[in-house]
Amino acid sequence: MANYIFFIPLLPLLGFIINGLLGKKMPKSIVGTIGTLTMVLAFSLVVYTFFTSEGQNYHFLYSFIDTPYLKVPFEFLVDPLSITMMLIITGVGTLIHLYSTAYMHEDEGFYRYFAYLNLFVFFMLLLVLGANYVIMFIGWEGVGLCSYLLIGFWFKNQNYNDAAKKAFIVNRVGDLGFLLGMFLLMDATKSNNLDYKEVFGFFKSNSEIVGTGTITAITLLLFIGATGKSAQIPLYTWLPDAMAGPTPVSALIHAATMVTAGIYMIVRSNVLFMLAPDTLLIIAIIGVATALFAATIGLFQNDIKKVLAYSTVSQLGYMFLALGVGAFSSGLFHVMTHAFFKALLFLGAGSVIHAMHHEQDIRVMGGLSKKLPITHLTFLIGTLAIAGIPGFSGFFSKDAILAFVFQSSPVLWGLGVVGAIMTAFYMFRLYFLTFWGKFRGTHEQEHHLHESPLAMTLPLIILAVLSIGGGFLNLGEVFGGSALLDKYLEPVFVVPTNYHAEVHHLSHSTEWILMAVSVGAILAAIIFAYTQYGSGKNVPVADDKISGIQKVIYNKYYVDELYDAVIVKPLYALSTFGHRILDNTIIDGLVNSFGKVVYVSSDYVRRIQTGNTSFYILLMVIGSVVLLAFNLVIK
Amino acid sequence: MDSVIKLIPLNNYIYLSFAIFAIGVLGVLTRRNAIVVFMSIELMLNSVNLLLSAFSAYSGDGAGQVFVFFIMAVAAAEVAVGLAIIVLLFRNTNSVDINVLKRLKW
Repeated sequence: MANYIFFIPLLPLLGFIINGLLGKKMPKSIVGTIGTLTMVLAFSLVVYTFFTSEGQNYHFLYSFIDTPYLKVPFEFLVDPLSITMMLIITGVGTLIHLYSTAYMHEDEGFYRYFAYLNLFVFFMLLLVLGANYVIMFIGWEGVGLCSYLLIGFWFKNQNYNDAAKKAFIVNRVGDLGFLLGMFLLMDATKSNNLDYKEVFGFFKSNSEIVGTGTITAITLLLFIGATGKSAQIPLYTWLPDAMAGPTPVSALIHAATMVTAGIYMIVRSNVLFMLAPDTLLIIAIIGVATALFAATIGLFQNDIKKVLAYSTVSQLGYMFLALGVGAFSSGLFHVMTHAFFKALLFLGAGSVIHAMHHEQDIRVMGGLSKKLPITHLTFLIGTLAIAGIPGFSGFFSKDAILAFVFQSSPVLWGLGVVGAIMTAFYMFRLYFLTFWGKFRGTHEQEHHLHESPLAMTLPLIILAVLSIGGGFLNLGEVFGGSALLDKYLEPVFVVPTNYHAEVHHLSHSTEWILMAVSVGAILAAIIFAYTQYGSGKNVPVADDKISGIQKVIYNKYYVDELYDAVIVKPLYALSTFGHRILDNTIIDGLVNSFGKVVYVSSDYVRRIQTGNTSFYILLMVIGSVVLLAFNLVIK
Repeated sequence: MDSVIKLIPLNNYIYLSFAIFAIGVLGVLTRRNAIVVFMSIELMLNSVNLLLSAFSAYSGDGAGQVFVFFIMAVAAAEVAVGLAIIVLLFRNTNSVDINVLKRLKW
């Protein structure tokens, strides 16, 4: 049974193959069952692994690339980090597959959807299981592909296609950084492979490399890769657009799993990043900047999924902030709790959208709490969790991050709290506008309002329980807990001791004060949101009536327009130049003129063919004589 | 015993062959009657045959004479085809002038 590990990614792949090849002819119930069942089995295997596996285990399958210059074994690494990630991926993935069987039931591309979703899980598992950077990169690219396929799932809508292309292209920019980082890594370690064992071993035994240009460049390039995948400034613009995909996709790929790949990559490479303090500082700054920037945009969005998208970008910013101050396990803890409550929020939003017949504008919602009681309750739990109300999972993970940040830099802590206040405000704005007050949609919509079927509410309930209980998995010492997740993950980190030792210098009373400050501020934000939107009378105005600074923020600070003007337009101009001038005129002209020269000259040359037999013979004789003479001269 | 061929010096064979070959070439180039051109080609072939057998005898190697037989066989086949063409040419044009073949030009 040693190699049952390989079945974990293989099961979703099997689901992809069956559904992708045969799904069109199978009834929807079977397609959905296959898709979900492979996930359930994979999840069971991961749970089994979680209870039986100890330490770091390498599972070698075969030699993928084997040359003197590059050796890439197809090898999996099972350690606490990859098991934690796998639990999130297959656990949340199973719930979302189950949810999708109901949510996507009316869709004609049902089998295609499940095939893509299974393929995504396969690549995501490859990403976290790989025992070297190349396997990670294969998964990395694979999830990007599936993200593209699923964002553009409704490909008949050109806007959705554009969103899919944007996500793919922006990710490519980051991937280039990742790739260059890998090349530089091979160069720096002077080895012919990128196995974690070798790479980390090299850097552990060469600690004099701390802070040198090489390690800073490597980590910065890897971080650029992470900013692409995990939607950080400056490459975050694709994530809000990615909401074009079906809502469960947004929950699975663009909230719970794929976008955390960047964080996983940095946590996995913590040996390298600990050696580059400059990079860590940049990560912390970018993280907090993204957290604040995205939160301000979230304040004024009116599309239920856009609000959640910006909140995802913002929460990812918090995770990077945690990584930037060296709190790797707290960052991963937030990845986990965020996977729970953000998947819950997205699925809740999906339930609302399902009930509203694909209406996503919160200005025409309102008063849904009575019609959708389960969705309402679970959504409230998710909102409380993301806002950071004590007792809910988001509070514990956010608090852990903020405590680490405070001892690193009180300024960053202050900014983090400001972001948390904004998060609480826009999430409760969303909640009040959607579920409180009176219904503002059409009569027809009101008539059709209904609670979603069990296949959709069951995942909501499970995720709601996890959103409450998830925080207790890593209850900090200050609460009398024993930080189970931190302890579990400890073997993954090389130099956690310094940081852990330091945080314990932070006295419990300081921690309590920090918590009290942030919780107080968050409560104030919620009360403010209630006074603004609780009655349901103060509805955000229509798009064309927005003005002033609000308009700038509503239009996402015109960042898309800026990128369009600075990068896309010049590239377009360049490629138009290349097409019209270089290709059509110069290269085509050259090739065509060769043809013309031959054509014209042959018109003259063909006149030699007189048809006169004696002339031919004469030429033949002359030719023979010349050949003979030539032969003589050569000798 | 020496071969009869060796009673005559080798150079004489070469001169004779060269003369016959040159006559053949000139005939092919100057004459317009297809049959005469044909005969001139036969002259060239036979001059080469003569030379081959002479060299063969002088160098004591039978291969040259074997070649002569091959050439004769091939020439016979060639004559059969060539005469057939000339007969058809005559039937179609009432002439055996090789310049008539100009008409075959595109």
